[in-house]
Amino acid sequence: MSAPEKHIEVRDLRLNYGPREVIHGISFDVYRNEIFGIIGPAQSGKTSLLRCLNRTIDFTPEARVQGTIRLDGRDVRQDANVYALRRKVGMVAPLPVGLPLSIYDNVAFAPRCAGMTRKSELDVIVEQCLRQAALWDEVKDRLNSLGTKLSGGQQQRLTIARALSHQPEILCLDEFSIAIDPVTTMRIEDVLRTLRQDMTIILVTNLTQQARRLADRTLFLWNGEVVELDRSEVIFSDRPGNRKTYDYVNGIFG
Amino acid sequence: MTPPDANVFSETPLVRRKRREEALAKWIFCAMSALMILPLVLIIGYLFERAWPSLSLGFLLEVPTRGMRAGGVWPAFVGTIYLVFLSLAVSAPIGILAAVYLNEYARDNWLNRLINLAVINLAGVPSIVHALFGLGAFVYAARFGYSIISASLTLAIMTLPVIIASTREALASVPRSFREACWNVGATRWQTIRSVVLPNAISGILTGVILQVSRAAGETAPIMFTGAVFFKAVQKGDLFPYSLHDQCMALSMHLYTLSTQVPDVQESIPFATAVVLLGSVLLVNAAAIALRVYLRSRKKW
Amino acid sequence: MESNSTSPNLAVRKAARPGWALAGERTLEILIHLCGISAILFVLGIFFFVFKEAFPVLGHEKFSLSQFLFSQEWYPTSEVNKRYGVLAMIAGTFSVTALAMVLAVPFGIGGAIYISEFCGAKTKETLKIVVELLAAIPSVVWGFIGLTVMSRLIVKYTGAPVGVNVLNGGIILALMSVPIIVSIGEDALKAVPDSFREAGIALGATRWQLIWRVLLPAAKNGLLAAVLLGVARAVGETMAVLMATGHAVHIPHSLLDSVRTLTANIAAELGEAPVGSDHYRVLFLTGVLLFLITFVVNLAADFMVRGIRKK
Repeated sequence: MSAPEKHIEVRDLRLNYGPREVIHGISFDVYRNEIFGIIGPAQSGKTSLLRCLNRTIDFTPEARVQGTIRLDGRDVRQDANVYALRRKVGMVAPLPVGLPLSIYDNVAFAPRCAGMTRKSELDVIVEQCLRQAALWDEVKDRLNSLGTKLSGGQQQRLTIARALSHQPEILCLDEFSIAIDPVTTMRIEDVLRTLRQDMTIILVTNLTQQARRLADRTLFLWNGEVVELDRSEVIFSDRPGNRKTYDYVNGIFG
Repeated sequence: MTPPDANVFSETPLVRRKRREEALAKWIFCAMSALMILPLVLIIGYLFERAWPSLSLGFLLEVPTRGMRAGGVWPAFVGTIYLVFLSLAVSAPIGILAAVYLNEYARDNWLNRLINLAVINLAGVPSIVHALFGLGAFVYAARFGYSIISASLTLAIMTLPVIIASTREALASVPRSFREACWNVGATRWQTIRSVVLPNAISGILTGVILQVSRAAGETAPIMFTGAVFFKAVQKGDLFPYSLHDQCMALSMHLYTLSTQVPDVQESIPFATAVVLLGSVLLVNAAAIALRVYLRSRKKW
Repeated sequence: MESNSTSPNLAVRKAARPGWALAGERTLEILIHLCGISAILFVLGIFFFVFKEAFPVLGHEKFSLSQFLFSQEWYPTSEVNKRYGVLAMIAGTFSVTALAMVLAVPFGIGGAIYISEFCGAKTKETLKIVVELLAAIPSVVWGFIGLTVMSRLIVKYTGAPVGVNVLNGGIILALMSVPIIVSIGEDALKAVPDSFREAGIALGATRWQLIWRVLLPAAKNGLLAAVLLGVARAVGETMAVLMATGHAVHIPHSLLDSVRTLTANIAAELGEAPVGSDHYRVLFLTGVLLFLITFVVNLAADFMVRGIRKK
């Protein structure tokens, strides 16, 4: 990779929930169109980090964020239109959430919120996103049935389709595979490999093997601090830069 | 101690005593519950029995005659409908929006703690104090006079806290993950509420509102001094006998008047009035409960 | 591959909501905030308007607050010497409420225990519906029952000269408060974690022991709140006591004495008191007193309930 372009810059990010500090001033960059893995045990601040990125952390009243996160050089916390910011960042939560709307409305929800109303445009987006999420063939005949009645794996792909529906520049996946079976996981991983042509992907996972398979670079977050950030070949090699990384990746702790 | 060869599963006197106690406890509490419910059944049965000679469709549609000693309850029935619907037309929107505020917008700060406190206290204000408030605020200060408006507004404020409470409960039953999913794709708070939260809470909200229909219909004290009168001449079966600035009759008030102020009433008439009032209230309640059971059976998630 | 055939559609990035939609949403959110705040305004409004009508009498030289609270002489229409003491009415409210609670609390809590601990799911659902219906019976119907049914029974079985008295009002109020006590008490018992019950049963406790030693102590605050809310309902109840307690303004000495409560006093006399007269204002002052009593009781109950949630 020759002089990769910075897409996200995180500088001295510090996050408190009330008196408890969960992220202790971390800094790193994410390059454009890479798959960026974040690994680490539970409670190490991975989900909170993502919530800072799209500012849904604002909905937690006791949370206090310090430091900066820049997206294309613009500080997300200075961004006046937080809704447009959230549309730039697609977010897939650990547990699949099909909204209690029809499958069609689930995917058309975000474009509608953004202000798109023309049915013809929405139809195109719905089909395209469901195809991208590898769900189209299974649901194309019942777009009007409830999204909540799909199986877990289908709902997770629906969630991904919804996250793609607002054409994000960055797609964040937060442990997307914990509630679905290995076959579906593999299908989604294939989807991610094609999506990276169009967007930057942040993959939070505690399956180290998943990060090894997919990520170009991997960050090891532990207790709210960056232990190591390097190309995945290095992180998952026999000789990473930090002893702790080796221990975690090889299941000695964590 | 039991010898080692004894069957450990055989009954010892202790076990038998425990089982007897168990059964006794069950029966005592069961009896207590029965004693609580028995009155409901007995009372309804007794009221029906005494009211029987007067009960007919005609009783509902007739106007009272001979100084309320004969005839039916039509003007009071219509008056109650007026009061109930006007009061709910005011309290339901305010109550639902207030609940939306408290459940969806409010953060945990002193103002919202104050609002919560206010709702709790509003729910506890005695009905007669509501009557005094209605008299001071609507009849005199706002110059609505003794009228349907004053009475309905008084009832509206009285039903408000309960609508707020039931709506909040309905809103809180919509899982937070739905809201988060909406926020994540860039929906504003209101877009989230409109498209996901309200449609899924609407059944609970409706049930709460319907229950208030029955509560408002049964109230007497708040309307006694703000707009309800003993008697008002109305045509038989007339659906629109009152204008907003008129005073009106109401079933609850009518029952009170008949049983305490009018001498020599034929006995079955107040009983029949009570049955009409109780019947309407219980019917509305049963409808709300049935709606709730039905909607619960077809949840969307 | 599928995604190669569909070039990214970037229309969403350019989409914008029309101005009227944004303005509408803003207006609606302001409205929602106003409705939220309205609850405070209503409570303040109630206090203000009731107090406003009562206030002028406080300045009168013939009126004294201590006489109002501690004298049992209530002669509002006397020609020569009007006296406004509500002690007898306070005693009336207190006696009827106390009797109602003595009757309602054991049954209410017992019913709550039965519903939450003993009966099966079907019975539970049925019982809860019945309790709900019981709570829905209008107070004027209860009053009517007291006046017609209960008073005859009381005359028949106790030989009292009149059937409308403390006993009658107490029984009626008890029947009215039981549903509240049951439903809130049941909530309180439901809030006790199942692990407590399992631990108790694993140790071989009988249900009695479980209820006495585990559930009641654990749900103490919630049950107390249930009782307090029952008290608040009984104190504030108007029509039922107006019709069922008789109209004697004196401190009762037995269950079979007729009494008058604070609420019934207002309901009975407000219609006859000339607007703006001292009599009228004293009735409003009674309203202020009632407001304050229920305010304190409700606050205490809320405090108890909140105590449970914090745990």
